[in-house]
Amino acid sequence: MVLLALAGAATLIATAAVALMFADAARARHVVYGICLIVSLALLLIALLALLGIYDTPSVATLPLGIPWLGAHFRLDALSAFFLAVVNLGAAAASLFALGYGRHEHAPRRVLPFYPAFLAGMSIVVLADDAFTFLVAWEFMSLSSWALVVAHHRVVENVRAGYVYLIMASFGTLALLLTFGLLAGPDGGYAFGDIRGGHHSATLTASILILALIGAGSKAGLVPLHVWLPLAHPAAPSHVSALMSGVMTKVAVYGFVRIVFDLIGTPAWWWSMVVLALGGVTAAMGVLYALMQHDLKRLLAYHTVENIGIIFIGLGLALAFKAHGMAWAAALALTAALLHVFNHSVFKSLLFFGAGSVLTATGERDMEHLGGLIHRMPQTAFVFLVGCAAISALPPLNGFVSEWLTFQAILLSPQLPSWGLKLLVPAVGALLALSAALAAACFVKAFGVTFLGRARTPAAERARETDRLSLAAMFFFAALCLVAGILPGIFIDALAPAVQGLVGDRMPVQGSVDWLSIVPIAESRSSYNGLLVFVFMVLSGVLAAWAIHRLASDKLRRAPPWDCGYPDASPATQYTASSFAQPLRRVFGSVVFRAREHVEMPPPGDARPARFTVELHDLVWDALYAPIAGAIGFAADRLNHLQFLTIRQFLSLVFAALVLLLLVLAIWP
Amino acid sequence: MRGLTFDIAHLLAGTLVLVSFLELYQDRLYALLNMFALHALVLALSVAWQAYIQNAPHLYVTAAIALVFKAIIIPVALHRIIVRLGIRREIEKVVGVGSAMLLGMGLVALSMVVMLRVTAEADPLAREDLAFALSVVLLGLLMMVTRRNAVSQIVGFMSLENGLVLAATGAKGMPLVVEISIAFSILIAFIVIGIFLFRIRERFDTVDLQALDRFRGERG
Amino acid sequence: MALIFDFGIQGAQMLLVLLLAPLLTGFTRKVKARLLLRQGPSVIQPYRDLVRLMRKEVVLAENASWLFRVIPYLIFAATWVAASLVPTFRTGLLFSWSADLIAIVALLGSARFFLALAGLDVGTSFGGIGSSREVMIASLAEPAMIMIIFTLALIAGSTQLSTMAGFLVSSEVGLRVSLGLALIALIMVAIAENARIPVDNPATHLELTMVHEAMVLEYSGRHLALIELSASLKLLLYVSLIACLFVPWGLVPSGAGLGLLVVGLVAYIAKLATGGLLLALFETSIAKMRVFRVPEFLGAALMLGLLATLLLFVSRSL
Repeated sequence: MVLLALAGAATLIATAAVALMFADAARARHVVYGICLIVSLALLLIALLALLGIYDTPSVATLPLGIPWLGAHFRLDALSAFFLAVVNLGAAAASLFALGYGRHEHAPRRVLPFYPAFLAGMSIVVLADDAFTFLVAWEFMSLSSWALVVAHHRVVENVRAGYVYLIMASFGTLALLLTFGLLAGPDGGYAFGDIRGGHHSATLTASILILALIGAGSKAGLVPLHVWLPLAHPAAPSHVSALMSGVMTKVAVYGFVRIVFDLIGTPAWWWSMVVLALGGVTAAMGVLYALMQHDLKRLLAYHTVENIGIIFIGLGLALAFKAHGMAWAAALALTAALLHVFNHSVFKSLLFFGAGSVLTATGERDMEHLGGLIHRMPQTAFVFLVGCAAISALPPLNGFVSEWLTFQAILLSPQLPSWGLKLLVPAVGALLALSAALAAACFVKAFGVTFLGRARTPAAERARETDRLSLAAMFFFAALCLVAGILPGIFIDALAPAVQGLVGDRMPVQGSVDWLSIVPIAESRSSYNGLLVFVFMVLSGVLAAWAIHRLASDKLRRAPPWDCGYPDASPATQYTASSFAQPLRRVFGSVVFRAREHVEMPPPGDARPARFTVELHDLVWDALYAPIAGAIGFAADRLNHLQFLTIRQFLSLVFAALVLLLLVLAIWP
Repeated sequence: MRGLTFDIAHLLAGTLVLVSFLELYQDRLYALLNMFALHALVLALSVAWQAYIQNAPHLYVTAAIALVFKAIIIPVALHRIIVRLGIRREIEKVVGVGSAMLLGMGLVALSMVVMLRVTAEADPLAREDLAFALSVVLLGLLMMVTRRNAVSQIVGFMSLENGLVLAATGAKGMPLVVEISIAFSILIAFIVIGIFLFRIRERFDTVDLQALDRFRGERG
Repeated sequence: MALIFDFGIQGAQMLLVLLLAPLLTGFTRKVKARLLLRQGPSVIQPYRDLVRLMRKEVVLAENASWLFRVIPYLIFAATWVAASLVPTFRTGLLFSWSADLIAIVALLGSARFFLALAGLDVGTSFGGIGSSREVMIASLAEPAMIMIIFTLALIAGSTQLSTMAGFLVSSEVGLRVSLGLALIALIMVAIAENARIPVDNPATHLELTMVHEAMVLEYSGRHLALIELSASLKLLLYVSLIACLFVPWGLVPSGAGLGLLVVGLVAYIAKLATGGLLLALFETSIAKMRVFRVPEFLGAALMLGLLATLLLFVSRSL
């Protein structure tokens, strides 16, 4: 099985190599994206078969690649199968979307070769069973996505985004390298099978956790390591943005889950506090950042940060329960986190596809230059609305299910004995609830300002609907959002083998519950039936519509909107993104971002327009990154002098180093 | 019946914490004085209930003192001082209401953890009352630290005293003489503060502490 | 047979909430008017208003989209489904296991999501004012509500409303501090969510004081009727919620006979009347807060809910 998956990945790499040479050919785009689509669908099928237990898992393979005495180990177990399915679902949809969207690409040579390589890298990371293969595939994934980020290198921000991304990715890989080094120990058994049985001291495991958090967390987007995400994700072409936000962050989550739940052994209870606290802060900060944005893709990227926070809250709860031996509760928390991984990849990809369609239709990413697109692009607007409703956790769509499960897991936490957790979990619960409410606000803004109202610029007035292939990809994901919301039991049962392998227990079998409800712990405690809620809502709405149209009036006429006696023809008087967010900016932003508004009014008689400026400070950047960058710059300036020494001084440096080493040898006991 | 006794005692102590939060929420002086009067009233009720369940009649006197002095006399007197000195009736805050409430939450959490861990073997009713009392003390301190107006600092100090009285009654065995001496010391402090406020106002035309800061002398 | 009876009860509840909602609104308005020494409109005036609006022609703004026309039905559907699941005179509703309290609050949240979108649809600044303020209020009211739900679920051991109501009716629960805090927080959230004074004025038509009214400014005819009915339903839902959780005496357990059901019905109507009376008293005795005082008000509700949850985490008896 795993060999089949690897064959698929190899096909992708081969495609990448061929595309390097023939990227400018006429049908290259169709061929490349078509092959990616087919291979991703095949890999998705393999993953689903493995997950549903049709084939024996885990299936392992060792190939004689890489380091001679190590070889390359690959393994397809339940967790890998789940993440492989998530990766390739996103990849298939993105390839389908790109078949239509790619025609607007004006530099195919910089995009087409790296796209299949990116897909291959992600799939191999999930399949890797030893540290070397994992790290090589991880770097491959990072570098190919970096190439895609700087594809449009004429735009200055993209180059800066690529620079920051490269630094953060290298830093993350360094942390992961150290993690695996510590895990393997001085004997150097790098295969995951060897690592699994090992025992380490408490300080060692603590350092492994911290390094894994830094390494995987920086790729996933945990605060304060998130700074590259809102720069890099918008810079890439839209189908790649969807993959980076929806899928690559999940591969990072896979790395964290694999290391902390599988390789490291039994966790200490205080780890969960670190993960929970980071998750809570990430969720709240991510959505607050998103609220302040008016660039559509940057808003979506910051939102990914928030959802990663929610996933890590679930993971932290699972760690806490596992450390205290409550395996059934850990299963609930872990299922909630993994289900959110799936849900987020679906609706975030959908939203990025929508943003890409808007970008190609109008040429604008800034919401304040859009508006009224629901009339010009009705189908894109519809699927974007479904995506917005799903991400705001509205029933009966899928976002609500994973959030509901996370809340149920939080309600189990008073049984945890430690005091730190007793204080932290209610606070994290409040942060989670706050970020959920703010997410809904953020997406009312995103959808309302972009699609509703009147067009603010001529570019928005001239928008046209996207092509059918892109729409097909978006409609497929919208339907998947609805299905996952109505029939969540299927997805929870599919996750069960992965959860069982990691925490030793699983949620109750959902397939056996009446009426297709889901039951997190026991039917007497709580249950939710998405299908019934959906059916009731549809029935009540239809009944009301029919009753009113039959029994009351159904007449309608059009008239100008209410204008209080001052007819305003200008669409500039409607609410913009920053004016919509102004109450929230004043309530939250003045504390978190030191947001200040400045109004410069010209003196009376002067005909110049007034100027309104909003000033925001990114406190994480100012407190953490700017000082480090400053220190590195300072050190580099000082060390620059080393270039201009005389020959005698260079020789004396060599002499001093030699003497120092001899001294160390002399003193070393 | 024991369950209901516990619950009413906890309810009254919890209401005291709630009223402390409400004091933090106010931004007008008269409303703050009303809240303080309510604070003292709830304290009186709580002490009276403790007197009932502990069968300690001297605590009724404590309750009566709290009611008469702190719920009636002191708020009325402060009201008159505000009118006579013409103090600005808006309370200026160092931190906003939201942040003050968040800090207050953190302080309540801290006092719960400290009290419930330290007194693990004690009587359950007393433990939780002590935890609430410590919360009231800390919230009174928070009020003094985050408000610029001198009158609101006095109210914060009085709330702190109320918290101490709650702690002492909950712990079973505060003799009356201690209570009387505390009451007198409050009265004296209050008179002194009143005189000082009057003199400060005469001299500097304001009791806003930030403005007064300018007259403190050379900065080292 | 029992199944059909239960089904009938659930259907009766759905119809009951629909029919009683305008009556509650009318009653509250009448009491407010009387307290202000006015005559006030008749108690059944909201019914007349609804019928009149239904018969009128819809006047639609020129650039309103299909979403604008669909949203009233969506809001009505979500609110009606949510209101049907809150126990009014009897616990153990047939479909109560399909949506617990978190799902009910989320349904109300989706109604609000679509209402905010409707405000932005026409492209004038009035709708924008309403929508932006509404999401600011919601961003604090929803977490406060979730914290209240946590408190109640931790005490009752379940998030299902019927189970919660059943537990709170029994004598196992005492007078707990966290319940008191949750009650105060729930009243504050209910006032904010239903657009009542001091958070919002349901009778105003001045833009600067509007939140809810600004979002529905462009609606007319049958659309407006549906939205007003949904708002009344939401008020009924919150009053029923407070009644079934904090004043649960009079709630008939499932499996009771017809006589007890009538008693339960009478008790419920009495609770509604009391709720309306108290709401009217509260609204006439307090002034509307300025807009940026509302986040502090709701922040206090959130802190109370958080405090109640925290007390339950650290101690079993609080």
